[in-house]
Amino acid sequence: MHTIPGRRIILLLFLVFLLLPIYWLVNMSFKTNGEIVSTMTLWPHQPTLENYTRIFTDESWYSGYINSLKYVIINTILSISFALPAAYAFSRYRFLGDKHLFFWLLSNRMAPPAVFALPFFNLYSAIGLFDTPWAVALAHCLFNVPLAVWILEGFVSGVPREIDETAFLDGYSFPKFFVKILVPLIASGIGVAAFFCFMFSWVELLLARTLTSVNAKPISAVMTRTVSASGMDWGLLAAAGVLTIIPGALVIWFVRNYIARGFALGRV
Amino acid sequence: MMDKTVNQKAWFLVLPVFLIVAFSAVLPLMTVVNYSVQDTFGNNQFFWNGVGWFKELLDPSSDLGGRFYASLLRNLAFSAIILAIEVPLGILVALSMPRDGWRVAACLVILALPLLIPWNVVGTIWQIFGRPDIGLLGYTLNHMGIDYNYVSNEFDAWATVIVMDVWHWTSLVALLCYAGLKSIPDAYYQAAQIDGASRWAVFRAIQLPKLNRVLLIGVLLRFMDSFMIYTEPFVVTGGGPGNSTTFVSIELVKIALGQFDLGKAAALSLVYNIIVLIVCWIFYTVMTNAGVDHTKREGAV
Repeated sequence: MHTIPGRRIILLLFLVFLLLPIYWLVNMSFKTNGEIVSTMTLWPHQPTLENYTRIFTDESWYSGYINSLKYVIINTILSISFALPAAYAFSRYRFLGDKHLFFWLLSNRMAPPAVFALPFFNLYSAIGLFDTPWAVALAHCLFNVPLAVWILEGFVSGVPREIDETAFLDGYSFPKFFVKILVPLIASGIGVAAFFCFMFSWVELLLARTLTSVNAKPISAVMTRTVSASGMDWGLLAAAGVLTIIPGALVIWFVRNYIARGFALGRV
Repeated sequence: MMDKTVNQKAWFLVLPVFLIVAFSAVLPLMTVVNYSVQDTFGNNQFFWNGVGWFKELLDPSSDLGGRFYASLLRNLAFSAIILAIEVPLGILVALSMPRDGWRVAACLVILALPLLIPWNVVGTIWQIFGRPDIGLLGYTLNHMGIDYNYVSNEFDAWATVIVMDVWHWTSLVALLCYAGLKSIPDAYYQAAQIDGASRWAVFRAIQLPKLNRVLLIGVLLRFMDSFMIYTEPFVVTGGGPGNSTTFVSIELVKIALGQFDLGKAAALSLVYNIIVLIVCWIFYTVMTNAGVDHTKREGAV
Protein backbone atom coordinates (compact mmCIF):
# COMPACT_ATOMS: atom_id res chain seq x y z
CA MET A 1 0.00 0.00 0.00
CA HIS A 2 1.24 3.47 -0.82
CA THR A 3 1.69 5.78 2.10
CA ILE A 4 2.46 9.43 2.59
CA PRO A 5 5.52 11.44 3.62
CA GLY A 6 5.89 12.07 7.33
CA ARG A 7 3.59 9.18 8.05
CA ARG A 8 5.58 7.88 10.98
CA ILE A 9 5.33 11.18 12.83
CA ILE A 10 1.61 11.56 12.14
CA LEU A 11 0.90 8.03 13.28
CA LEU A 12 3.12 8.32 16.32
CA LEU A 13 1.50 11.57 17.44
CA PHE A 14 -1.95 10.07 17.01
CA LEU A 15 -1.11 6.91 18.94
CA VAL A 16 0.39 9.00 21.75
CA PHE A 17 -2.79 11.09 21.77
CA LEU A 18 -4.82 7.86 22.11
CA LEU A 19 -2.65 6.34 24.81
CA LEU A 20 -1.93 9.38 27.00
CA PRO A 21 -5.36 9.63 28.70
CA ILE A 22 -5.38 5.86 29.22
CA TYR A 23 -1.90 6.00 30.69
CA TRP A 24 -3.06 8.70 33.07
CA LEU A 25 -5.91 6.49 34.27
CA VAL A 26 -3.57 3.53 34.82
CA ASN A 27 -1.10 5.83 36.56
CA MET A 28 -3.74 7.10 38.96
CA SER A 29 -5.05 3.64 39.71
CA PHE A 30 -1.69 2.74 41.32
CA LYS A 31 -1.52 5.87 43.45
CA THR A 32 -2.83 6.51 46.92
CA ASN A 33 -5.45 9.21 47.20
CA GLY A 34 -2.99 11.26 49.22
CA GLU A 35 -0.50 11.28 46.37
CA ILE A 36 -3.16 12.07 43.76
CA VAL A 37 -4.46 15.11 45.58
CA SER A 38 -1.25 16.51 47.03
CA THR A 39 1.32 16.31 44.21
CA MET A 40 1.47 16.10 40.44
CA THR A 41 3.54 13.03 39.63
CA LEU A 42 4.02 11.51 36.18
CA TRP A 43 4.31 8.01 37.62
CA PRO A 44 3.30 6.60 41.02
CA HIS A 45 6.08 7.36 43.51
CA GLN A 46 4.52 5.17 46.17
CA PRO A 47 2.90 2.49 44.02
CA THR A 48 0.05 0.72 45.75
CA LEU A 49 -2.33 -2.09 44.88
CA GLU A 50 -4.77 -1.01 47.55
CA ASN A 51 -7.33 0.30 45.03
CA TYR A 52 -7.41 -3.02 43.18
CA THR A 53 -7.54 -5.05 46.42
CA ARG A 54 -10.57 -3.08 47.51
CA ILE A 55 -12.40 -3.87 44.27
CA PHE A 56 -11.56 -7.57 44.38
CA THR A 57 -12.54 -7.97 48.03
CA ASP A 58 -15.67 -5.83 48.14
CA GLU A 59 -18.65 -7.72 46.78
CA SER A 60 -20.59 -4.60 45.74
CA TRP A 61 -17.66 -3.83 43.41
CA TYR A 62 -16.73 -7.14 41.85
CA SER A 63 -20.34 -8.29 41.49
CA GLY A 64 -20.72 -5.32 39.13
CA TYR A 65 -18.23 -6.90 36.76
CA ILE A 66 -19.94 -10.28 36.99
CA ASN A 67 -23.34 -8.71 36.30
CA SER A 68 -22.01 -6.84 33.28
CA LEU A 69 -20.37 -9.95 31.86
CA LYS A 70 -23.59 -11.93 32.40
CA TYR A 71 -25.80 -9.72 30.27
CA VAL A 72 -23.10 -9.13 27.67
CA ILE A 73 -22.64 -12.88 27.16
CA ILE A 74 -26.38 -13.63 27.11
CA ASN A 75 -26.86 -10.83 24.61
CA THR A 76 -24.03 -11.98 22.34
CA ILE A 77 -25.37 -15.56 22.23
CA LEU A 78 -28.94 -14.41 21.62
CA SER A 79 -27.97 -11.91 18.93
CA ILE A 80 -25.80 -14.32 16.94
CA SER A 81 -28.17 -17.28 17.09
CA PHE A 82 -31.14 -15.16 16.05
CA ALA A 83 -29.25 -13.29 13.37
CA LEU A 84 -27.60 -16.24 11.58
CA PRO A 85 -30.68 -17.70 9.81
CA ALA A 86 -31.94 -14.20 9.00
CA ALA A 87 -28.58 -13.21 7.50
CA TYR A 88 -28.74 -16.31 5.31
CA ALA A 89 -32.29 -15.49 4.20
CA PHE A 90 -31.42 -11.87 3.35
CA SER A 91 -28.33 -12.93 1.47
CA ARG A 92 -29.88 -15.73 -0.61
CA TYR A 93 -33.58 -15.09 -1.11
CA ARG A 94 -35.94 -12.41 -2.20
CA PHE A 95 -39.21 -12.40 -0.32
CA LEU A 96 -42.20 -10.22 0.38
CA GLY A 97 -41.09 -7.05 2.18
CA ASP A 98 -37.41 -8.01 2.44
CA LYS A 99 -36.07 -4.54 1.68
CA HIS A 100 -38.47 -2.83 4.07
CA LEU A 101 -37.66 -5.33 6.77
CA PHE A 102 -33.92 -4.78 6.32
CA PHE A 103 -34.38 -1.03 6.51
CA TRP A 104 -36.54 -1.36 9.61
CA LEU A 105 -33.83 -3.47 11.28
CA LEU A 106 -31.19 -0.93 10.33
CA SER A 107 -33.27 1.93 11.68
CA ASN A 108 -33.34 0.24 15.08
CA ARG A 109 -29.56 0.15 15.17
CA MET A 110 -29.70 3.93 14.70
CA ALA A 111 -32.50 4.68 17.16
CA PRO A 112 -31.38 6.76 20.16
CA PRO A 113 -31.32 4.60 23.33
CA ALA A 114 -32.57 7.59 25.31
CA VAL A 115 -35.92 7.23 23.51
CA PHE A 116 -36.28 3.70 24.81
CA ALA A 117 -35.11 4.19 28.37
CA LEU A 118 -38.49 4.97 29.89
CA PRO A 119 -40.68 2.54 27.91
CA PHE A 120 -38.16 -0.27 28.53
CA PHE A 121 -38.35 0.48 32.22
CA ASN A 122 -42.15 0.08 32.09
CA LEU A 123 -42.06 -2.97 29.83
CA TYR A 124 -39.53 -4.97 31.82
CA SER A 125 -41.11 -4.01 35.12
CA ALA A 126 -44.46 -5.24 33.79
CA ILE A 127 -43.13 -8.64 32.74
CA GLY A 128 -41.10 -9.09 35.91
CA LEU A 129 -37.64 -9.05 34.33
CA PHE A 130 -36.59 -5.72 35.82
CA ASP A 131 -33.24 -5.89 37.62
CA THR A 132 -32.20 -9.17 35.97
CA PRO A 133 -29.43 -9.66 33.39
CA TRP A 134 -32.12 -10.83 30.96
CA ALA A 135 -33.75 -7.40 30.85
CA VAL A 136 -30.52 -5.71 29.79
CA ALA A 137 -29.58 -8.54 27.41
CA LEU A 138 -32.97 -8.35 25.67
CA ALA A 139 -32.90 -4.55 25.58
CA HIS A 140 -29.46 -4.57 23.95
CA CYS A 141 -30.85 -6.90 21.26
CA LEU A 142 -32.56 -3.79 19.92
CA PHE A 143 -29.31 -2.59 18.37
CA ASN A 144 -27.15 -5.74 18.41
CA VAL A 145 -29.45 -8.08 16.47
CA PRO A 146 -29.71 -5.68 13.49
CA LEU A 147 -25.97 -5.12 13.61
CA ALA A 148 -25.27 -8.87 13.67
CA VAL A 149 -27.68 -9.45 10.77
CA TRP A 150 -25.94 -6.71 8.84
CA ILE A 151 -22.40 -7.99 9.40
CA LEU A 152 -23.28 -11.66 8.88
CA GLU A 153 -25.21 -10.89 5.70
CA GLY A 154 -22.00 -9.43 4.26
CA PHE A 155 -20.06 -12.57 5.14
CA VAL A 156 -22.74 -15.04 3.94
CA SER A 157 -22.86 -13.20 0.60
CA GLY A 158 -19.16 -14.00 0.27
CA VAL A 159 -19.93 -17.75 0.22
CA PRO A 160 -20.66 -18.86 -3.36
CA ARG A 161 -24.19 -20.18 -3.96
CA GLU A 162 -22.76 -23.27 -5.63
CA ILE A 163 -21.73 -24.54 -2.22
CA ASP A 164 -25.36 -24.53 -1.02
CA GLU A 165 -26.56 -26.21 -4.17
CA THR A 166 -23.89 -28.93 -4.06
CA ALA A 167 -24.69 -29.64 -0.42
CA PHE A 168 -28.42 -29.99 -1.12
CA LEU A 169 -27.67 -32.28 -4.10
CA ASP A 170 -25.57 -34.41 -1.77
CA GLY A 171 -28.67 -34.89 0.33
CA TYR A 172 -27.94 -32.51 3.19
CA SER A 173 -31.07 -31.30 4.94
CA PHE A 174 -31.27 -27.54 5.53
CA PRO A 175 -30.39 -27.61 9.26
CA LYS A 176 -27.55 -30.04 8.65
CA PHE A 177 -26.18 -27.90 5.80
CA PHE A 178 -26.42 -24.86 8.03
CA VAL A 179 -24.54 -26.31 10.98
CA LYS A 180 -22.06 -28.55 9.15
CA ILE A 181 -21.15 -26.41 6.14
CA LEU A 182 -22.25 -22.78 6.33
CA VAL A 183 -21.29 -22.03 9.92
CA PRO A 184 -17.69 -23.32 9.59
CA LEU A 185 -17.31 -21.37 6.33
CA ILE A 186 -18.24 -18.05 7.90
CA ALA A 187 -16.60 -18.75 11.26
CA SER A 188 -14.50 -15.59 11.04
CA GLY A 189 -17.62 -13.57 10.27
CA ILE A 190 -19.36 -15.04 13.31
CA GLY A 191 -16.31 -14.12 15.36
CA VAL A 192 -16.42 -10.54 14.11
CA ALA A 193 -20.18 -10.25 14.69
CA ALA A 194 -19.81 -11.68 18.20
CA PHE A 195 -17.01 -9.23 18.87
CA PHE A 196 -19.22 -6.31 17.86
CA CYS A 197 -22.18 -7.52 19.91
CA PHE A 198 -19.86 -7.94 22.88
CA MET A 199 -18.43 -4.49 22.33
CA PHE A 200 -21.67 -2.55 21.96
CA SER A 201 -23.29 -4.33 24.88
CA TRP A 202 -20.20 -3.82 27.05
CA VAL A 203 -19.88 -0.08 26.40
CA GLU A 204 -23.57 0.85 26.74
CA LEU A 205 -24.57 2.48 30.00
CA LEU A 206 -27.89 4.28 29.71
CA LEU A 207 -30.17 1.26 29.22
CA ALA A 208 -28.10 -0.99 31.48
CA ARG A 209 -28.41 1.52 34.29
CA THR A 210 -32.10 2.21 33.74
CA LEU A 211 -33.08 -1.47 33.75
CA THR A 212 -31.29 -2.51 36.93
CA SER A 213 -31.37 -1.38 40.51
CA VAL A 214 -29.68 -3.71 43.01
CA ASN A 215 -29.20 -7.34 42.02
CA ALA A 216 -28.07 -6.92 38.44
CA LYS A 217 -26.33 -3.56 38.75
CA PRO A 218 -23.61 -3.35 36.04
CA ILE A 219 -20.12 -2.12 36.80
CA SER A 220 -20.70 1.15 34.96
CA ALA A 221 -23.58 1.95 37.31
CA VAL A 222 -21.57 0.94 40.37
CA MET A 223 -18.92 3.40 39.25
CA THR A 224 -21.23 6.36 38.76
CA ARG A 225 -23.03 5.83 42.05
CA THR A 226 -19.91 5.38 44.13
CA VAL A 227 -18.45 8.59 42.81
CA SER A 228 -21.41 10.61 43.93
CA ALA A 229 -21.68 8.82 47.27
CA SER A 230 -18.13 8.72 48.58
CA GLY A 231 -17.03 12.02 47.10
CA MET A 232 -13.64 11.92 45.44
CA ASP A 233 -12.08 8.49 45.69
CA TRP A 234 -10.12 9.03 42.48
CA GLY A 235 -7.73 6.12 42.88
CA LEU A 236 -10.56 3.63 43.31
CA LEU A 237 -12.49 5.10 40.37
CA ALA A 238 -9.38 4.90 38.17
CA ALA A 239 -8.74 1.27 39.17
CA ALA A 240 -12.36 0.36 38.36
CA GLY A 241 -11.98 2.11 35.01
CA VAL A 242 -8.81 0.22 34.17
CA LEU A 243 -10.53 -3.08 34.95
CA THR A 244 -13.34 -2.26 32.50
CA ILE A 245 -10.79 -1.73 29.70
CA ILE A 246 -9.20 -5.17 30.11
CA PRO A 247 -11.99 -7.40 28.65
CA GLY A 248 -12.12 -5.16 25.57
CA ALA A 249 -8.35 -5.23 25.12
CA LEU A 250 -8.38 -9.04 25.37
CA VAL A 251 -11.07 -9.55 22.73
CA ILE A 252 -9.42 -7.09 20.35
CA TRP A 253 -6.32 -9.24 20.36
CA PHE A 254 -8.28 -12.25 19.09
CA VAL A 255 -9.98 -10.45 16.22
CA ARG A 256 -7.22 -7.98 15.32
CA ASN A 257 -6.93 -9.29 11.75
CA TYR A 258 -10.65 -8.89 11.13
CA ILE A 259 -11.33 -5.65 13.00
CA ALA A 260 -10.96 -3.39 9.99
CA ARG A 261 -13.30 -5.43 7.81
CA GLY A 262 -15.75 -5.83 10.66
CA PHE A 263 -16.02 -2.08 11.13
CA ALA A 264 -16.85 -1.83 7.44
CA LEU A 265 -19.72 -4.19 8.36
CA GLY A 266 -18.37 -6.98 6.17
CA ARG A 267 -18.73 -4.78 3.12
CA VAL A 268 -15.26 -3.92 1.96
CA MET B 1 -27.31 -9.83 -5.52
CA MET B 2 -28.76 -10.39 -8.99
CA ASP B 3 -29.29 -14.13 -8.75
CA LYS B 4 -31.37 -14.11 -5.57
CA THR B 5 -34.32 -16.46 -5.91
CA VAL B 6 -37.80 -15.54 -4.80
CA ASN B 7 -38.77 -17.76 -1.90
CA GLN B 8 -41.46 -16.73 0.58
CA LYS B 9 -40.41 -19.48 2.98
CA ALA B 10 -37.37 -17.35 3.78
CA TRP B 11 -39.73 -15.52 6.12
CA PHE B 12 -39.43 -18.47 8.52
CA LEU B 13 -35.70 -17.80 8.80
CA VAL B 14 -36.27 -14.13 9.42
CA LEU B 15 -39.17 -14.58 11.81
CA PRO B 16 -37.10 -15.00 15.03
CA VAL B 17 -35.23 -11.77 14.35
CA PHE B 18 -38.46 -10.03 13.47
CA LEU B 19 -40.09 -11.15 16.72
CA ILE B 20 -37.22 -10.29 19.04
CA VAL B 21 -36.63 -6.86 17.51
CA ALA B 22 -40.35 -6.15 17.39
CA PHE B 23 -40.56 -7.05 21.08
CA SER B 24 -37.78 -4.57 21.89
CA ALA B 25 -38.77 -1.87 19.43
CA VAL B 26 -42.46 -1.88 18.58
CA LEU B 27 -43.93 -2.49 22.04
CA PRO B 28 -41.94 0.34 23.68
CA LEU B 29 -42.63 2.68 20.77
CA MET B 30 -46.36 2.03 21.18
CA THR B 31 -46.07 3.06 24.82
CA VAL B 32 -44.32 6.22 23.70
CA VAL B 33 -47.05 7.03 21.18
CA ASN B 34 -49.62 6.38 23.89
CA TYR B 35 -47.94 8.76 26.34
CA SER B 36 -47.40 11.42 23.71
CA VAL B 37 -51.13 12.06 23.25
CA GLN B 38 -52.11 11.96 26.92
CA ASP B 39 -51.67 14.03 30.03
CA THR B 40 -51.82 12.98 33.64
CA PHE B 41 -52.57 14.39 37.09
CA GLY B 42 -50.59 11.55 38.64
CA ASN B 43 -51.97 8.36 40.23
CA ASN B 44 -51.94 6.69 36.82
CA GLN B 45 -54.96 8.70 35.67
CA PHE B 46 -54.50 9.72 32.08
CA PHE B 47 -56.67 11.80 29.78
CA TRP B 48 -56.56 12.61 26.09
CA ASN B 49 -54.39 15.54 25.12
CA GLY B 50 -54.32 15.16 21.34
CA VAL B 51 -51.40 16.84 19.64
CA GLY B 52 -50.95 19.32 22.50
CA TRP B 53 -47.47 18.10 23.44
CA PHE B 54 -46.31 18.18 19.83
CA LYS B 55 -47.61 21.74 19.41
CA GLU B 56 -45.73 22.81 22.51
CA LEU B 57 -42.59 20.96 21.43
CA LEU B 58 -42.48 22.54 17.98
CA ASP B 59 -43.30 26.03 19.23
CA PRO B 60 -39.97 27.79 19.90
CA SER B 61 -41.57 30.33 22.24
CA SER B 62 -42.71 27.75 24.79
CA ASP B 63 -40.35 26.45 27.47
CA LEU B 64 -40.29 22.92 26.07
CA GLY B 65 -39.92 24.06 22.45
CA GLY B 66 -37.15 26.47 23.36
CA ARG B 67 -35.20 23.74 25.11
CA PHE B 68 -35.80 21.31 22.25
CA TYR B 69 -34.59 23.67 19.51
CA ALA B 70 -31.61 24.81 21.58
CA SER B 71 -30.46 21.26 22.26
CA LEU B 72 -31.11 20.26 18.64
CA LEU B 73 -28.97 23.14 17.36
CA ARG B 74 -26.22 22.32 19.85
CA ASN B 75 -26.31 18.70 18.78
CA LEU B 76 -26.15 19.52 15.06
CA ALA B 77 -23.24 21.89 15.66
CA PHE B 78 -21.49 19.20 17.67
CA SER B 79 -22.02 16.59 14.94
CA ALA B 80 -20.76 18.99 12.25
CA ILE B 81 -17.62 19.86 14.18
CA ILE B 82 -16.64 16.30 15.05
CA LEU B 83 -17.27 15.15 11.46
CA ALA B 84 -15.11 17.97 10.11
CA ILE B 85 -12.25 16.83 12.37
CA GLU B 86 -12.66 13.06 12.46
CA VAL B 87 -13.08 12.34 8.74
CA PRO B 88 -9.91 14.05 7.44
CA LEU B 89 -7.93 12.91 10.48
CA GLY B 90 -9.16 9.34 10.06
CA ILE B 91 -8.11 9.31 6.38
CA LEU B 92 -4.72 10.73 7.32
CA VAL B 93 -4.16 8.07 9.98
CA ALA B 94 -5.26 5.30 7.61
CA LEU B 95 -2.80 6.55 4.98
CA SER B 96 -0.06 6.60 7.62
CA MET B 97 -0.50 2.98 8.66
CA PRO B 98 2.61 0.81 8.37
CA ARG B 99 2.74 -1.62 5.46
CA ASP B 100 2.89 -4.97 7.18
CA GLY B 101 4.40 -7.01 9.97
CA TRP B 102 3.80 -6.82 13.71
CA ARG B 103 3.53 -3.03 13.54
CA VAL B 104 0.19 -3.25 11.75
CA ALA B 105 -1.23 -5.57 14.39
CA ALA B 106 0.05 -3.32 17.17
CA CYS B 107 -1.39 -0.19 15.53
CA LEU B 108 -4.76 -1.86 14.92
CA VAL B 109 -5.02 -2.94 18.56
CA ILE B 110 -4.12 0.50 19.89
CA LEU B 111 -6.51 2.18 17.44
CA ALA B 112 -9.37 -0.10 18.48
CA LEU B 113 -8.72 0.35 22.20
CA PRO B 114 -10.79 3.54 22.75
CA LEU B 115 -13.73 1.94 20.93
CA LEU B 116 -13.98 -0.83 23.53
CA ILE B 117 -13.93 1.32 26.61
CA PRO B 118 -17.36 1.65 28.24
CA TRP B 119 -18.76 5.08 27.44
CA ASN B 120 -18.99 6.20 31.03
CA VAL B 121 -15.33 5.23 31.54
CA VAL B 122 -14.45 7.32 28.48
CA GLY B 123 -16.17 10.16 30.30
CA THR B 124 -14.34 9.35 33.53
CA ILE B 125 -10.96 9.23 31.74
CA TRP B 126 -11.44 12.70 30.29
CA GLN B 127 -13.01 14.04 33.45
CA ILE B 128 -9.85 13.09 35.31
CA PHE B 129 -7.45 13.99 32.47
CA GLY B 130 -8.88 17.49 32.13
CA ARG B 131 -9.08 18.47 35.80
CA PRO B 132 -6.81 21.39 36.61
CA ASP B 133 -5.79 19.90 39.97
CA ILE B 134 -5.16 16.21 39.23
CA GLY B 135 -5.36 15.81 35.44
CA LEU B 136 -2.32 15.91 33.19
CA LEU B 137 -4.07 17.96 30.49
CA GLY B 138 -5.70 20.50 32.78
CA TYR B 139 -2.59 20.84 34.92
CA THR B 140 -0.28 21.35 31.93
CA LEU B 141 -2.58 23.87 30.24
CA ASN B 142 -3.02 25.92 33.38
CA HIS B 143 0.72 25.93 34.05
CA MET B 144 1.31 27.14 30.50
CA GLY B 145 -0.76 30.16 31.43
CA ILE B 146 -3.96 29.08 29.68
CA ASP B 147 -6.93 29.43 31.95
CA TYR B 148 -8.65 26.11 31.35
CA ASN B 149 -11.55 24.79 33.38
CA TYR B 150 -14.21 22.65 31.76
CA VAL B 151 -16.54 22.87 34.73
CA SER B 152 -17.08 26.62 34.67
CA ASN B 153 -16.11 27.80 31.19
CA GLU B 154 -18.45 27.07 28.27
CA PHE B 155 -15.77 27.14 25.62
CA ASP B 156 -13.52 24.80 27.60
CA ALA B 157 -16.43 22.44 28.18
CA TRP B 158 -17.14 22.29 24.44
CA ALA B 159 -13.46 21.86 23.60
CA THR B 160 -13.19 18.99 26.09
CA VAL B 161 -16.28 17.21 24.77
CA ILE B 162 -15.08 17.57 21.18
CA VAL B 163 -11.51 16.44 21.86
CA MET B 164 -12.96 13.52 23.81
CA ASP B 165 -15.14 12.49 20.87
CA VAL B 166 -12.21 12.82 18.47
CA TRP B 167 -10.17 10.65 20.83
CA HIS B 168 -12.99 8.13 21.15
CA TRP B 169 -14.15 7.74 17.56
CA THR B 170 -11.52 8.87 15.03
CA SER B 171 -10.23 5.30 15.14
CA LEU B 172 -13.51 4.09 13.68
CA VAL B 173 -13.06 6.27 10.58
CA ALA B 174 -9.38 5.30 10.40
CA LEU B 175 -10.14 1.57 10.60
CA LEU B 176 -12.85 1.86 7.95
CA CYS B 177 -10.51 3.72 5.60
CA TYR B 178 -7.73 1.25 6.31
CA ALA B 179 -10.05 -1.61 5.31
CA GLY B 180 -10.92 0.30 2.11
CA LEU B 181 -7.27 0.99 1.26
CA LYS B 182 -6.32 -2.65 1.87
CA SER B 183 -8.80 -3.74 -0.80
CA ILE B 184 -6.96 -1.81 -3.56
CA PRO B 185 -4.99 -4.28 -5.71
CA ASP B 186 -1.27 -3.61 -6.01
CA ALA B 187 -1.58 -3.55 -9.79
CA TYR B 188 -3.30 -0.15 -9.56
CA TYR B 189 -0.29 1.36 -7.82
CA GLN B 190 2.11 -0.24 -10.27
CA ALA B 191 0.15 1.23 -13.17
CA ALA B 192 0.26 4.65 -11.49
CA GLN B 193 3.99 4.35 -10.99
CA ILE B 194 4.52 3.52 -14.65
CA ASP B 195 2.45 6.57 -15.57
CA GLY B 196 4.60 8.65 -13.23
CA ALA B 197 1.60 9.80 -11.22
CA SER B 198 2.26 12.15 -8.30
CA ARG B 199 1.40 11.24 -4.71
CA TRP B 200 -1.62 13.55 -4.83
CA ALA B 201 -2.79 12.10 -8.17
CA VAL B 202 -2.65 8.60 -6.70
CA PHE B 203 -4.80 9.74 -3.79
CA ARG B 204 -7.32 11.54 -6.01
CA ALA B 205 -7.61 8.95 -8.76
CA ILE B 206 -7.09 5.62 -6.98
CA GLN B 207 -7.51 5.85 -3.24
CA LEU B 208 -10.33 8.36 -2.80
CA PRO B 209 -12.78 6.61 -5.18
CA LYS B 210 -12.13 3.35 -3.36
CA LEU B 211 -12.75 5.06 -0.04
CA ASN B 212 -16.12 6.50 -1.10
CA ARG B 213 -18.14 3.58 0.16
CA VAL B 214 -16.43 3.08 3.50
CA LEU B 215 -16.41 6.82 4.08
CA LEU B 216 -20.14 6.87 3.51
CA ILE B 217 -20.60 4.21 6.19
CA GLY B 218 -18.19 6.09 8.44
CA VAL B 219 -19.81 9.50 8.04
CA LEU B 220 -23.28 8.16 8.65
CA LEU B 221 -22.37 5.98 11.62
CA ARG B 222 -20.54 8.92 13.14
CA PHE B 223 -23.41 11.28 12.41
CA MET B 224 -25.97 8.94 13.97
CA ASP B 225 -23.90 8.14 17.02
CA SER B 226 -22.93 11.75 17.67
CA PHE B 227 -26.55 12.75 17.18
CA MET B 228 -27.63 10.44 20.00
CA ILE B 229 -24.59 10.98 22.24
CA TYR B 230 -25.47 10.83 25.91
CA THR B 231 -23.12 9.12 28.32
CA GLU B 232 -19.75 10.74 27.63
CA PRO B 233 -20.73 14.43 27.87
CA PHE B 234 -23.10 13.56 30.71
CA VAL B 235 -20.25 12.12 32.78
CA VAL B 236 -17.79 14.91 31.97
CA THR B 237 -19.90 18.06 32.06
CA GLY B 238 -23.35 16.86 33.16
CA GLY B 239 -24.72 19.01 30.32
CA GLY B 240 -23.24 22.16 31.81
CA PRO B 241 -21.99 24.73 32.54
CA GLY B 242 -25.58 25.95 32.45
CA ASN B 243 -27.08 24.08 29.51
CA SER B 244 -24.17 24.65 27.17
CA THR B 245 -23.43 20.97 26.51
CA THR B 246 -26.97 19.62 26.92
CA PHE B 247 -27.53 17.58 23.77
CA VAL B 248 -30.88 16.15 22.68
CA SER B 249 -30.49 12.81 24.49
CA ILE B 250 -29.46 14.51 27.72
CA GLU B 251 -32.45 16.84 27.50
CA LEU B 252 -34.72 13.89 26.81
CA VAL B 253 -33.49 11.85 29.78
CA LYS B 254 -33.81 14.94 31.99
CA ILE B 255 -37.46 15.34 31.00
CA ALA B 256 -38.31 11.62 31.04
CA LEU B 257 -36.48 10.21 34.05
CA GLY B 258 -35.65 13.43 35.89
CA GLN B 259 -38.95 15.31 35.84
CA PHE B 260 -41.05 12.28 34.88
CA ASP B 261 -42.91 14.48 32.36
CA LEU B 262 -44.13 11.53 30.32
CA GLY B 263 -46.14 13.37 27.68
CA LYS B 264 -43.43 15.89 26.87
CA ALA B 265 -40.72 13.24 26.85
CA ALA B 266 -42.77 10.99 24.59
CA ALA B 267 -43.46 13.77 22.09
CA LEU B 268 -39.77 14.67 22.06
CA SER B 269 -38.86 10.98 21.62
CA LEU B 270 -41.09 10.64 18.59
CA VAL B 271 -39.83 13.77 16.85
CA TYR B 272 -36.24 12.75 17.67
CA ASN B 273 -36.86 9.28 16.28
CA ILE B 274 -38.45 10.64 13.11
CA ILE B 275 -35.39 12.82 12.42
CA VAL B 276 -33.16 9.77 12.89
CA LEU B 277 -35.42 7.69 10.66
CA ILE B 278 -35.27 10.23 7.83
CA VAL B 279 -31.46 10.44 7.93
CA CYS B 280 -31.32 6.66 8.15
CA TRP B 281 -33.54 6.31 5.10
CA ILE B 282 -31.29 8.62 3.08
CA PHE B 283 -28.33 6.53 4.23
CA TYR B 284 -30.03 3.28 3.21
CA THR B 285 -31.04 4.57 -0.22
CA VAL B 286 -27.56 5.87 -0.97
CA MET B 287 -26.01 2.63 0.30
CA THR B 288 -28.21 0.33 -1.78
CA ASN B 289 -27.70 2.47 -4.87
CA ALA B 290 -23.96 2.31 -4.35
CA GLY B 291 -24.42 -1.45 -3.91
CA VAL B 292 -25.92 -1.78 -7.39
CA ASP B 293 -22.71 -0.41 -8.92
CA HIS B 294 -20.66 -2.78 -6.85
CA THR B 295 -22.62 -6.01 -7.33
CA LYS B 296 -19.70 -7.74 -8.95
CA ARG B 297 -17.29 -6.80 -6.25
CA GLU B 298 -19.73 -7.72 -3.51
CA GLY B 299 -19.97 -11.20 -4.89
CA ALA B 300 -16.23 -11.50 -4.38
CA VAL B 301 -16.27 -10.47 -0.71
